[in-house]
Amino acid sequence: MSDAMIEVIDLTKKFGDVTAVDAVSFSVKRGEIFAFLGPNGAGKSTTIKMLTTLLRPTSGTIRVNGLDPHKQALAVRRSFGIVFQDPSLDDQLTAQENMEIHGALYKVKDAKPKIERLLKFVDLYDRRKTQVQKFSGGMKRRLEIARGLLHHPTIIFLDEPTLGLDPQTRNQMWAYLHEMNKNEGTTVFFTTHYMEEADRNAQRIAIIDNGKIVAMGSPAEVKQSQNAETLEDAFLALTGHSIREEDASSTDRMRTMMRGFQNRRR
Amino acid sequence: MSTIYIMWLRQMLRYFRSPPRIVAALAQPLLYLLAFGYGFGRIYQMAGQGDYLAFLAPGILGMSILFTSIFSGMELIWDRQFGFLKETLAAPVSRVNVMLGRTAGGATVATFQAAIVLVLAILFGFRPHDWWMLIPALLAMFLVAMLFTTLGTWFAAMLSDFQGFQMIMNFLVMPMFFLSGAMFPLNSVPPVLSMIARVDPLSYGVDAFRGLLGGASHFGLGVDFAVLAVITLVLLALGSRAFSRIEA
Ligand SMILES: Nc1ncnc2c1ncn2[C@@H]1O[C@H](COP(=O)(O)OP(=O)(O)OP(=O)(O)O)[C@@H](O)[C@H]1O
Ligand SMILES: [Mg+2]
Repeated sequence: MSDAMIEVIDLTKKFGDVTAVDAVSFSVKRGEIFAFLGPNGAGKSTTIKMLTTLLRPTSGTIRVNGLDPHKQALAVRRSFGIVFQDPSLDDQLTAQENMEIHGALYKVKDAKPKIERLLKFVDLYDRRKTQVQKFSGGMKRRLEIARGLLHHPTIIFLDEPTLGLDPQTRNQMWAYLHEMNKNEGTTVFFTTHYMEEADRNAQRIAIIDNGKIVAMGSPAEVKQSQNAETLEDAFLALTGHSIREEDASSTDRMRTMMRGFQNRRR
Repeated sequence: MSTIYIMWLRQMLRYFRSPPRIVAALAQPLLYLLAFGYGFGRIYQMAGQGDYLAFLAPGILGMSILFTSIFSGMELIWDRQFGFLKETLAAPVSRVNVMLGRTAGGATVATFQAAIVLVLAILFGFRPHDWWMLIPALLAMFLVAMLFTTLGTWFAAMLSDFQGFQMIMNFLVMPMFFLSGAMFPLNSVPPVLSMIARVDPLSYGVDAFRGLLGGASHFGLGVDFAVLAVITLVLLALGSRAFSRIEA
């Protein structure tokens, strides 16, 4: 077994004439905590979707746990867990029901006490019988995190997991992930826009900009390469100061429209 | 197996949690029962065709199942837009089972709705020619519901937005309803209509209901069940294929 948990060579994804991911290569070691950083629209989520069997690459090769996510999708799905950037809860169901469905889909043994523990952990246990649509944004996010931690995979992907989370939950989540990483050798692959969070938690980082990797290494190495004090300074030196203009993606627009429609229906 | 069950259960939980949806889905069949049952009944009787309610009720059942099933199947579009679909697509389970569970759940909901419609029709004076036939009739209702839920799921797996849904409702589902013989007897229509009705799966569903509840069918119960089962199997194969290829 090779010591690479994720191996990506020349990975490219095009949406029409937009090249979201452009001939990217990198690898993540077994048991490593790896941060994937980059400005809005850089191609982080698209890369994660290709690693997790949800999107077919235009070209390039991927190995996750030694397997091809496209050809051996089910085997790859057995090895990872994921917390998505976008909402993925069933908001008609309660917090408890969302957890139970996840437990059933991932065949979690002895799920009841684990669910109870995790719901207490994210401070939603008292609200477990509430429909998710009545939750605040941060509560939904906490539930997504708790659900993502319910089964213990070989590798866990977290796409901006701490977006909109309070510092308490953020710290709790990281303590949990470090413990999983230490005790079970779980590989952690995450994205974030908080440079300080990446600096503190990741053993290695890659910075992607416009679909291309512009830096890779330990946080110290990346800082050193730019003669920067902080990772944020290094990030800005590498990716420039201009703000990435990105109009709301078509799915976002659709979602807004559907919400309007749903409200009218009620 | 547990995947099929949990996806089925999810559809149940969602359905029984929204009473407004249950009531709304009953409004249309009820309206048809009243308007056509009482409105047209006289004309029908005067034309010497007998009891219109006995003829109409199975058609209304077919209508209720058609609309509820297609809608349940196409709920997939909502799940995609609101994100829950990703949770099931990334899970380490067979996507075919995910799809089967969703579909069986949607079909159960549609059968349940139609059973309520049947009770309402009985309250309005509809009488099955043999009460025991209600049991096979329920089975036939579930089969028809599976067929159309799978059809809805298949379309939804290939579409990603709401415009497509409207197109399908207007250009496929409405014609499928009106041309199926749900509202008029197939043995007294021009050959063109009768030809069209022959390729409309709902015709066989409604005909099976008439055969079981009224004691007389146009195509014959054997033909009805065979056609419904074959189409359902073909659609399940097509639907699973499309569902397995969905990208998030
Ligand atoms: N389904 C899609 N269809 C068309 N274009 C897409 C699609 N998904 C992503 N893109 C485009 O691909 C590019 C990369 O998007 P991606 O979501 O990977 O960015 P990201 O790095 O995750 O950004 P963020 O920090 O904002 O989450 C963007 O230009 C985006 O508009
Ligand atoms: Mg993203």
